[in-house]
Parts: sequence; structure tokens; C-alpha cells
Amino acid sequence: MMKKIGSKLIDWIDERYDLTPVRNLLLHKKVPEHRHSVWYYMGGVTLFLFLVQLFTGILLLLYYRPGEDSAYESVRFIVTEVKFGWLIRNVHSWSANLLVLFAFIHMFSVFFSKAYEKPRELTWITGFIILVFTLAFGFSGYLLPWNELAFFATKVGTDIVGVVPVIGEPLKTFLRGGEEVTGATLSRFFGIHVAILPAIFTIFLTMHLLFIQRQGMHEPEHFKNLPEEKKKYISFFPDFALKDLLLWVVVFNILIFLALYSPWELGNKADAFASAPSGIRPEWYFMFMFQSLKLLPAHILFLEGELLGVLFFGVAGFIWMLIPYIKMKHRPNWKIQPLTLIGIIIVAFIVIMTVLGYIL
Amino acid sequence: MLCSLTVSFLFGFAYSEKENKKADQNQKVDQCFTCHKEIDNLPKDFSENDIHRHANLSCSSCHGGDPNSDDQDVAMSPSKGFVGVPKRKDIPKFCGKCHSNINIMRVFQPRIATDQVEQYYTSVHGKKLLAGDENVAECSSCHTAHSILPAKDPRSSVYALNVPNTCNKCHGNSVLMKNYNIPVNQLEEYSKSVHGIALLKNKDISAPACNDCHGNHGATPPGLKSISHVCGTCHVSNMEYFNATRMAKAFEEQDFHGCEQCHGNHGVQKPNDEMIGVGKDSKCIDCHTEGDKGFAVSKKIYSSLTQLKNGYNAANAKYLEVRQKGMNDVEIGFQLQDAKQALIQSRTLIHTFDTTKVVAKTKEGIEFSNKASLLAQKEIDDYSTRRNGFAIATLAFLVFVIALYFKIKDKEKKTS
Amino acid sequence: MKLDRRKFLNMLLGFGGIGGILSVFYPVFSFLIPPKTTEPKVNSVKAGMSAEFPPNSSKIIKFGRKPVILIKTEDNQYKALSASCTHLDCIVQYKNDTKQIWCACHNGIYDLSGRNISGPPPRPLEEYEVKIIKDEIVITKVG
Repeated sequence: MMKKIGSKLIDWIDERYDLTPVRNLLLHKKVPEHRHSVWYYMGGVTLFLFLVQLFTGILLLLYYRPGEDSAYESVRFIVTEVKFGWLIRNVHSWSANLLVLFAFIHMFSVFFSKAYEKPRELTWITGFIILVFTLAFGFSGYLLPWNELAFFATKVGTDIVGVVPVIGEPLKTFLRGGEEVTGATLSRFFGIHVAILPAIFTIFLTMHLLFIQRQGMHEPEHFKNLPEEKKKYISFFPDFALKDLLLWVVVFNILIFLALYSPWELGNKADAFASAPSGIRPEWYFMFMFQSLKLLPAHILFLEGELLGVLFFGVAGFIWMLIPYIKMKHRPNWKIQPLTLIGIIIVAFIVIMTVLGYIL
Repeated sequence: MLCSLTVSFLFGFAYSEKENKKADQNQKVDQCFTCHKEIDNLPKDFSENDIHRHANLSCSSCHGGDPNSDDQDVAMSPSKGFVGVPKRKDIPKFCGKCHSNINIMRVFQPRIATDQVEQYYTSVHGKKLLAGDENVAECSSCHTAHSILPAKDPRSSVYALNVPNTCNKCHGNSVLMKNYNIPVNQLEEYSKSVHGIALLKNKDISAPACNDCHGNHGATPPGLKSISHVCGTCHVSNMEYFNATRMAKAFEEQDFHGCEQCHGNHGVQKPNDEMIGVGKDSKCIDCHTEGDKGFAVSKKIYSSLTQLKNGYNAANAKYLEVRQKGMNDVEIGFQLQDAKQALIQSRTLIHTFDTTKVVAKTKEGIEFSNKASLLAQKEIDDYSTRRNGFAIATLAFLVFVIALYFKIKDKEKKTS
Repeated sequence: MKLDRRKFLNMLLGFGGIGGILSVFYPVFSFLIPPKTTEPKVNSVKAGMSAEFPPNSSKIIKFGRKPVILIKTEDNQYKALSASCTHLDCIVQYKNDTKQIWCACHNGIYDLSGRNISGPPPRPLEEYEVKIIKDEIVITKVG
């Protein structure tokens, strides 16, 4: 019965819009199967978490009120008075954190399998831009509950922007909507978080997904070299999609588990005149940068240490984005290729700095 | 020699200039002020803001003489009523000429008091002055002579915030106070007291300054009888409760100092619960000893009080946790407020020295704090145990995932 | 046999799927329903019908997180004032014999406009506005 209606509907649409390309894509798209195929799922999980963010974010918008006198109160209202408000808020915060985590995993898995190489340069670049915007989402969203911790973290975070030469100060004032972190900053961050970022994000995400659909899944070196008959594939639809779905459900269950058993506290309302509470930390995904800046000496040669650090991260990020265009000489004698080695060093650096940030 | 020459030159100069001005000006100019200003001979503490000057009074209004004459001999001649600088012992009457006469004063302020001088002579200051002691305070000692401002003016020497320092000018002077055999550390003690901190540090002008207990014009140390009334003007309930007890009578018989006996005077501190009971800071055991009734009462009151206090503190800690976690705290807040109120009231009720009354109140408070505690605990528990819904959802997801898993396996088998 | 297994799996899939969908939609729809207290910050509170409120009496109204004392005077005038004593935050009460507001903690007394007239309170009580809308008493914050 249902199937009949479904196929009739598809026929109806097909007659008018010709679904052949879609059908072709669904029927012919194949996903290679090999010992590293688990990494193919990371992007999907990231996408799923983004959808969760989108959905819970829209829900929160129904009750959230930006503003110095109302932001904290409205979040308190959401988590105390609104039914399941605590759940929605906690899923939103947890999903944000997992989203960043999976985005990083996805990025490094792509890096180490060299999936960014020709012809997928643009997929990598759009992906990197998406990651930057994801971090911007996290940073702007962190302030919105207007609690003490967020207030001071934002203060410190925007202060760091201020050290960049020439454009730093104006940029800081622009971000803060004034000299200091005030209610004006809150309105600004709210606007950025719910309107500006989603708009830009959607564009790049669409491009990213279109590129992937157009080019199909990347086949790693060892798989490509296999004789044709030994190459194993599964169909994207329904086999891969079903596995994706299975993983998404599991991730979703973990998400609500975390929201329930390890919820985010609301804390005290931000007070611009209170002294900073101890243990102000950025969100964990900024920790490695924060910690490196802290460990740098005050002056390196004639430059300020912090300035040098910020410039370094800026340049390093930019180079990282352009990785597909960087060619390194292949060294047959080396067990690990130079670029892979660099990648390992970067991962190690991020992990060590993050850990140091929490134990120091 | 040179000095007197200069003076006479200045005088001459001023004189001639006055002559010129006189022609085109009315006689309204206060010649006392004009002249004294020109020769730079105004009183040391003279202020343009002085209330009398603002009321358009001339120097002559107090000092006599003729303000219309620019001739020193005429203006300051005794025949024109010039009295010059009054002697110290005459100052109260000097001010009283106007300030004790309602007919004069009501022109400026219809409901002004005119009993200051009368009151003054009842004060220790006044009595001593009459007896010929020239060191005691008279009107100008507190109000100044020529920069008098109303007590409501923050610049005034008798503005609430400034009173302690004004009194201390003399009362903090050990040389001056030696003759009277009174200590000079009142301000020091007072600034550390609950009243002093409220007034001087927190600028709460409703907190009592010296004059609020000692009186101002009629300043006298409060007599034994009046101590509890003095404190009772603000601490009404405490006075009422205390005066109705047998202790009040016993205090009187033993010449004890009412409130002061336990709370002290200038250095009165915020009372704490250790003042009752039988611990080392208890005031009760100054007189009561183990075995007597007062000892038992004190012990009982202390224990019921601390029970409430601990209950309240525990509930409050939970309340703060609930707030921190962002759970619903409104109702807990109301319960806690009631508990706090009961705590305050039972602390006041100590002054009845009646265990039944105190215990009844603390019980009430304990009930409130228990309720608050319970509600808070429920919220805290709720925070970590919203499990049932989760369990059901997880079950559904689990069934789905398992079924899906086998479905995929089946499919794989079919294709291979 | 094989067919049975397939049917069973499909059934499980159906149950699990519907259960999963429900466990997502139930919280979401509950979230969408506006809660009883519709405002995160209270600006006005309904305090019952004026006809049921006898003259020369008072009651304490919960105005968000703050207690407010609502008084109906003998000549049927309404007064709403903050019920937290400005001295130590005790809840004040209306004395219907002296027609004053009294704080039991330290005998602080306010007049009916909230002015502190006796005892330790340092400041007057904050005033709230009272409106009667279709016989119902509504208390709102001034300003």
C-alpha cells in the first residue's frame, strides 16, 4: 500500500522533472570496501551532527532572547521551565563539541589517506573553510548563555585577536561591537551565530557535498593498485546509506546519553565588574592554540611572543588549506613519507598541547 | 613698622575707592564684609556657603554694629551695638539671641526647633560651661562659627557622615580629655563597630552616629536606665522582649548596663550565635554557672539556634548548587527566605530568654529549611536521573540498530 | 524459515524505528508547547479576582523570584509593595489595626506608601503598580 503510493509519487515527479541523474547516482555510486573504509563514515557523522545542531538550534531560538538582561534569564528559563528544555540545550552543546571532534577526525583521515589530491583539491579547501566556520560557530555560541565563564572566555578570546598587527585592534572592536565585551557583543555574536554563519556555512557545505557526489569516493593507493577483480565495492544506496543510518542512530544515542549524564552547567550570570573566576578556559578545541600562546616567551627576538604565535597559527592554517597544491618529493627509502610525517607531528602537537592545557 | 605702614596704606586705598563707589551705589552694600575682605581680615573659617550669609544676614546681625557705615569707627562702635568676638562662655546665648526666638526663626523655616540652647544647658557640655569650664564644646565647636551648613548638607560638619569626626576633634584629644578622665578611643572603637562600618564605610546615613545615642544639643552619656531605650529606638523588638523578662529586673538591681552588658557600647559588633550558649564566648556564663536555670536555658537556646542555622546553611548550599546547575530554584528560594526569616526572628527572640518561644520559632524555621532542602535534593537528583525516558528511548534505538544490523548482514549474504 | 526471519527483522525494524521516532518527537513537541509561566522575566502577575479579596487585608504574591505584598485598604484602594524588608529581607506584613506595614523581625514599620517610618529599615519599600482588568487584579513593575 505504502510502497504503491511511494512509487506513484516518484513516477509523478519523474514524469515532470526526469529523475534519471538522481537515479543514476543512487544506483551507480559505489563505495570501496577495504580495511580503512571505516573513515568513510566520519564525514557522514559530522554531517549528521550538523543537522542535529541546525534542528536543536532552531528549537532553542523559540525561547532564547539575546540581550544583557534577558539572555541568561532565558537560558535559565529554557533549562528550568520549558519541558525538555534541558535536553534540547544539552544536546545542542554536546552535539557542538562532538561536531568539532568528528570534523577534526574527518579532516585528518582525509589527510592521511591523501584523499585531497587531484582532482579533489576543492573538496579539501571547502572542507577546511567549513571547519573554520564550525570553530566560529563554537566561539560565538559559547557566549550566548551570558554566564561568567563564557563572558571571560570571550574576553580573552577577542583579546587574542587584538594582538594581530594593524588589523587586530579594529577587528577586535568590530567583533566586540565596542571597546569592551558588553551587551553589544552579545547581540553581535547572536547575529553571527544564527544568521551570518549559517548562511555562509550552508553555501560551502552544499559545495562540499556536491563535489563529493560528482567525483565519488576516493580510493586509497593500496586499493587502486589491486587488480580489478579483487576490488570490492558496496553500493552507496542502500547498503552504505543503511550503515550510515545505523551509525547515526548510535551516535544520536550517545549524544542524548551525554546530555543526560554529563549536562552543561549554567553557572552564574556574567557580571562585567566581577573579578574573573579562576580556571577560565576556552572550549577544548581552542585549547591547543591557547596553551601554545601561553607557553611562548613574552618576547622572541624583537617580536611579541603572542603576536608571533597568532601569526604562526594564521600562516599554518593557510598552508594547511593549500595542502593539495604542495608537492613533496617522493622518497622511496623512507618508511614514512615527509608529508605524512608532518601530519603526524601536527596531530601529536595538537594532542600534547591540549593535554598540557588541562593538566598545567 | 613696615607692616603698619602697609596696613595704613591699604586702608587709605580702600577708603578712597569706597568713596568713589559710594556715589553710584545704594547703601545696601554690607560694609563689614566688603571692608574685611579687602583688607584680607575675614575670619579664618569663613565660607561663602555659610547658611547665614545665604540668608542675607550681615556680619552685624550677630556681631552688632552698623553695616552701612564705611567708617570703621562708626561701624564698629559699641553705641551701634557692636559686640565683637563673643567670649566663649557667652556663645550659646549669642547664638540663642535668634535661635531661641521662634518669632525670628520662623521667617526662615516655619517649623524649626528653637530649644537648642535650652537643651544645651542640660548637657554635660552646657553644665560645665556654666560652671566656668572654657574647654568644653559650645555651638561653634561643632557647627563652626563662619562656615555653618545645615545638617542635611554633606559638606556640613554635622552631616551624619561627618559627626563622628567632628566629635572626635575634642574627644580624641588625650590632652583635652585628661581633665575629665574619659577615654579617647571612642571613634576608633566605633569605626570597627557594626554601626561605624555601616555609617563610615558603607555610607549608610541611616546608621547611628554619636548623636543618635548621646543626643546632640543635650549630649549626655545615656544613664543606666535609658540604655535599653536608647538602643530600643531602633532595636524595638529586642527592647520589648528584654524589658518584659525577669532578667531586666535583675539587671537593674545589680546595676548592670542593659544591652551594653552583653553587646558593649561604642564597639558594638554584629552579634553572633556564640554569644549565647555555654561556650567560651558566651555572655551568659559571665553570671550563670553549671546547674542553675539560666545555664540550662542558654544551652537549650544555643542548641536549637545552631540546629536551625546548620539546617539553613545546608539548604542554602544545596540551593546554590541547584542554581549553578541551572535547575528550577524559584520555590526553594521562597522556602529558604522563610527559613532565614525564622532564623532572624529566633535570634531576636533570644532576648525573651524563653526557651519555648525560641524553640517554637526555630522549629518553624527548620521545617522551612527542611522543605527547601528536600526540594533542592529533588532537583539535584532530577538533574542526574532523568533516566527513565532515556532508558525507553535507548531501548527503541537498540532494537532498531540490532534489526538494522542483521538486515544489512542478510543483504550482504544475499549479494555474495 | 528464511521468510520468518525476514518478517521478524522487519517487525523489529518497524517497532524500533517508530519507537525511535517517537522518542525524538515527544521531547520536541513537549518543548514546543509554551510552559505555564510564559516569560523568563516576570513583568506582571495576576493576583486573583478583586471581589474575592476582602478590604483591610493583604496577601503575599510571588512576583517571579520576589515576594510582593498586595494590600486592599478599607476604602478599597489597592497597594502593591515589595514584601522584602529593606533591613534584612524579612517578609513584611500588613497590620490591619494600625494600617501600617510591619516587619516582625526587628519591628520595622512602613506606611502604606512604603515609606520607612520607624525601626531599622534604611529605605522605603519598592512600589508596584496595581491595575484592575475586568475585575482581576494585575500587579506590574513600575518603569
